[in-house]
Amino acid sequence: MDWFFYIPAVVATVATAMVITRLNAVHALLYLIVSLLSVAMIFFRLGAPFIAALEVIIYAGAIMVLFVFVMMMLNLGPRTVEQENAWLPTRMWLGPIILTIILLIELIFMLRQSGHQPMTTETIQAKQVGIALFGPYLLGAELASMLLLGGVVGAYHLGRDSREERN
Amino acid sequence: MPVLPMEQGLLLAALLFALGLVGVLVRRNVIFILMSIEIMLNAAGLAFVVAGSRWAQEDGQVMFVFILAVAAAEVSVGLALLLQLYRRLQTLDVDAASKMRG
Repeated sequence: MDWFFYIPAVVATVATAMVITRLNAVHALLYLIVSLLSVAMIFFRLGAPFIAALEVIIYAGAIMVLFVFVMMMLNLGPRTVEQENAWLPTRMWLGPIILTIILLIELIFMLRQSGHQPMTTETIQAKQVGIALFGPYLLGAELASMLLLGGVVGAYHLGRDSREERN
Repeated sequence: MPVLPMEQGLLLAALLFALGLVGVLVRRNVIFILMSIEIMLNAAGLAFVVAGSRWAQEDGQVMFVFILAVAAAEVSVGLALLLQLYRRLQTLDVDAASKMRG
């Protein structure tokens, strides 16, 4: 048994299950950070230290801080927990969960049939990833930069308070 | 370190993706829907890294970097839309957005 893979895998699954069942948004966000950190641990185990660092810095750092800022701007009070409870009756979540479980079982069955493909134990360093990113994948890197620019402009345009303009 | 079979990593990615899908389908709060989309994108990235680790190639990790860029752009625009929804309708219910006009 390879505990460096299975323990973070269990932690990630449990934390993700807690994310989608919490009523308080801040608690869900903290569980999501735990889930992302355990996935970063798995990336270390799979021989991808650069990706593990990116996962911690960008996902668990930058993107989650963005969520925290927005929650601070919304200023949600304690009444939201009761509201969330009212939004989640049993008949509403039972159907999607059953259908998703059916699809998941089918996916697991198909994955089990493919036989045991061993993964490598060698580590891929950041240098190799960088050479590939700015070599054969240069066009993709340029497109990603344009996408991020579009994201910045779109977020600025949509996040502006339109009431201020009319005054 | 012992050699892991590739199915284990893909199974974990499938499990995380299914949990994120359940979150998108079940929750009505926009914040939770955005968080579930993050979970699904992260699971897709995990599948890429697992596949890259199977053949000891760096392409899977390059794809994860692209997924990271897509996730960052998506969440910034999504959170700006969420702020607009809350400003206009004073609620985070996605069903309230069906009444939005122009």
